[in-house]
Amino acid sequence: MELLYDERIDGEIADVDKSGLMAAILAVAPRLTLLDREEDLRPFECDGLSAYRVLPMLVAMPTTLAEVEALMRVCYEHAVPVVTRGAGTGLSGGALPLEKGVLLVMSRFNQILSVDADARLARVQPGVRNLAISEAAAPHGLYYAPDPSSQIACSIGGNVAENAGGVHCLKYGLTVHNVLSVEIITIEGERMTLGGESLDTPGYDLLALFMGSEGMLGVITEVTVRLLPKPEVAKVLMACFDDVERAGKAVGDIIAAGCIPGGLEMMDNLAIRAAEDFVHAGYPVDAQAILLCELDGVESDVQADCERVRQLLETAGATQIQLARDDAERQLFWAGRKAAFPAVGRMSPDYYCIDGTIPRRELPRVLKGINDLSAQYGLRVANVFHAGDGNLHPLILFDANQPGELESTEALGGKILELCVDAGGSITGEHGVGREKLNQMCTQFAADEITLFHAVKSAFDERRLLNPGKNIPTLARCAEFGAMHVHHGELPHPELPRF
Amino acid sequence: MSRKEIAMTHLQDQRPEYTPPNESGPDALAGRDDSEALCEQVARAQAERATLRIVGGNTKAFYGRRVETAQALSTTGHHGIVHYDPVELVATVRAGTRLRDLERALADNGQRLAFEPPHFGEDATVGGMVAAGLSGPRRPWVGAVRDFVLGVRVITSDGKQLRFGGEVMKNVAGYDLSRLMVGAQGTLGVLTEVSFKVLPIPHAHACLRLELPLAEAFERLTAWGREPMPITGAAHDGEALHLRLEGGEGSVSATRQRLGGEPEDSRFWAQLRELQLPFFDGAFDDDAHVLWRLSLPALARTPALEGDWLVDWAGAQRWLKSSEGRGFEDEPRADAHIHEAAIAAGGHATRFTSSANGDSPFTPLPPVLAKYHRQLKQRLDPQAIFNPGRLYAEW
Repeated sequence: MELLYDERIDGEIADVDKSGLMAAILAVAPRLTLLDREEDLRPFECDGLSAYRVLPMLVAMPTTLAEVEALMRVCYEHAVPVVTRGAGTGLSGGALPLEKGVLLVMSRFNQILSVDADARLARVQPGVRNLAISEAAAPHGLYYAPDPSSQIACSIGGNVAENAGGVHCLKYGLTVHNVLSVEIITIEGERMTLGGESLDTPGYDLLALFMGSEGMLGVITEVTVRLLPKPEVAKVLMACFDDVERAGKAVGDIIAAGCIPGGLEMMDNLAIRAAEDFVHAGYPVDAQAILLCELDGVESDVQADCERVRQLLETAGATQIQLARDDAERQLFWAGRKAAFPAVGRMSPDYYCIDGTIPRRELPRVLKGINDLSAQYGLRVANVFHAGDGNLHPLILFDANQPGELESTEALGGKILELCVDAGGSITGEHGVGREKLNQMCTQFAADEITLFHAVKSAFDERRLLNPGKNIPTLARCAEFGAMHVHHGELPHPELPRF
Repeated sequence: MSRKEIAMTHLQDQRPEYTPPNESGPDALAGRDDSEALCEQVARAQAERATLRIVGGNTKAFYGRRVETAQALSTTGHHGIVHYDPVELVATVRAGTRLRDLERALADNGQRLAFEPPHFGEDATVGGMVAAGLSGPRRPWVGAVRDFVLGVRVITSDGKQLRFGGEVMKNVAGYDLSRLMVGAQGTLGVLTEVSFKVLPIPHAHACLRLELPLAEAFERLTAWGREPMPITGAAHDGEALHLRLEGGEGSVSATRQRLGGEPEDSRFWAQLRELQLPFFDGAFDDDAHVLWRLSLPALARTPALEGDWLVDWAGAQRWLKSSEGRGFEDEPRADAHIHEAAIAAGGHATRFTSSANGDSPFTPLPPVLAKYHRQLKQRLDPQAIFNPGRLYAEW
């Protein structure tokens, strides 16, 4: 994926005089912080996908909703694109700036407005960190369930924009299942509320539509989340397998038996060795796969479930099963898993994280496919897997200083995603499309489907000013990169120019 | 008169040509793919600048505005379970499949649609259930229809069947058009296939009845809500708090002992879901009452409206058997009054008894929101083929 916005295939962007634009913005929002010097812009040149870097034309850091509204109106009038950024921890380049665009940084909206323990909800500004919500709710025995691994740093506005997940999604759901309402400012500078404190609202479910829309439909200015009572207890079982396929089947057995674990994670041998070397979690380094199964809830139910799962794991051929003796050991088991990315990072100068989802039954075939591709490209791949919900995170180990290795890593990553789509899955489970996976969108969706996505976009942002060049590829891009579905041997939209 | 008959009278002058769904059993699983014919009918409607009224089992016709003088498009010939793998917790079903056939297939494997959708009749289809977007008494604890929809196939206004989402639990590629279709009542396209996340039926359940006044019930529910308790149903009928517990054997029996009360037949919850409790008698078939559904913040004070109340969803869904405005010329004014009272309480109201004047039963949208609804409808269905005016008269 070439990182620079390519007007030839991503769509034209108007040329605007920077000082004129600044004057226009400051005329309506005199106290708005605007950055335009290169050294001030530099910290914003990338998000969590740091291989992609672009300096924005301007950075705006508003502190009031009136400033956001005013900024949007000016950008709308001048046809200047706006890229919204939260904490900048996204892994798909969704907050990658545009050379000809304004980067709207929402991090100063960082207040928890209220925690209502009786109604079990919290109203927060978009720049509030994910973990800060649970910390604020903790004195009431409550917490916010979605826990992406970046939760210490990522902000709730970004979580909504990406529909963030975490290790507990199978039981507790994604962001979409845990947000009651969002406040939006449109590109035309209007405010609207989607959802509410009631459990449903009249009209279309625009709240669901905005979840995971990657800043393409509006700017999120406030979020109301649902809080849950903390489970009484949580216990973790670690099971080792001498065969990846057998571990995969055990996952299915647990779920088929009517058990929904709070977390169900799998790691392959390379990931196990990396994590053990780094964290000393007590993982057996000779195992081909380990499963971590967390069961949470009311004490008596968890006891019964643990017994049930232990028996299933034995029957499934686990070579070793260990129940964390106490909370310290439970934390240690998880520490290995949570540190898997940096652990793999120690084995190699660079690594590249993939985010495909597959139906769980396809796991053996997909893992074999990844192995074959890994050999073919000569790059090692460690596999970390949210096994319960079918979200695969292969980590490709590479060295960016070796000429061509980043390119072949990206190509391998693309192939892995195509494998996921082919298995009936998706190119992204929780990291988003962003800039990174635009081309793979052409694999997952047919031209008519992409056309409908553009129709949705145009209903909210006719002039294509919100985060252009992300999430949904143009048909010209799909045509150029040739990955588009070919139906009955005919290319869709033959009228489009092919470069 | 039954709700079904009410629905009929509320329906069109020309009834749709109705294809009876297949009998249950193996045939229901095999089903029939009628999507090509459905696509053709939509394409023809577009070419002829006609409009289409989408009909499944015809059990929820009362829910929404009448779709005037439109040709019917029946989904009931497009039925069957396309794919169901209990281990994956996913079922993919054609829209015309009868809801009860799907539920039976799931129950045979110890699983269910956790949001317990109301049927409102034997012939209720999966497509109609999703289009209406109504969830049952378990909704506050497990989620709504939209929370369990993983993917859809939908016929768009140019007669093409497209696919959004899929059969995986996590998928953030592109906009979430599958969830957008839930509750859109067929105004954005014809649903032809839906993939659901399904869940295992818990090991234990218990139903309780605690005689206590509403105010005290609210207090207790608020306190219990802050603890991890296995409650999956909480309704108050004016006399008693009805509770349903579902979970592991240990937690259900411990909670049951702790809460006390008398055991109750589990049919209470099925009757509540289907609006068949004695409270609903007369709500549809006498001239004196109008049935309203108020969706409010669970702790909202009961709006000062004339009528009888039944509280469900631990307070988040309240049924009002209103005596205001029924059969009088001032019906629109009475409706507006109830909508306003619901908005003031932080929620909205939906009229369940059909109205004589053709007004939308749904609470009017604020202007900015209405603008984006109109634009979305216009972009996805530019010729306004699908169920025009079903939600609001203007679109």
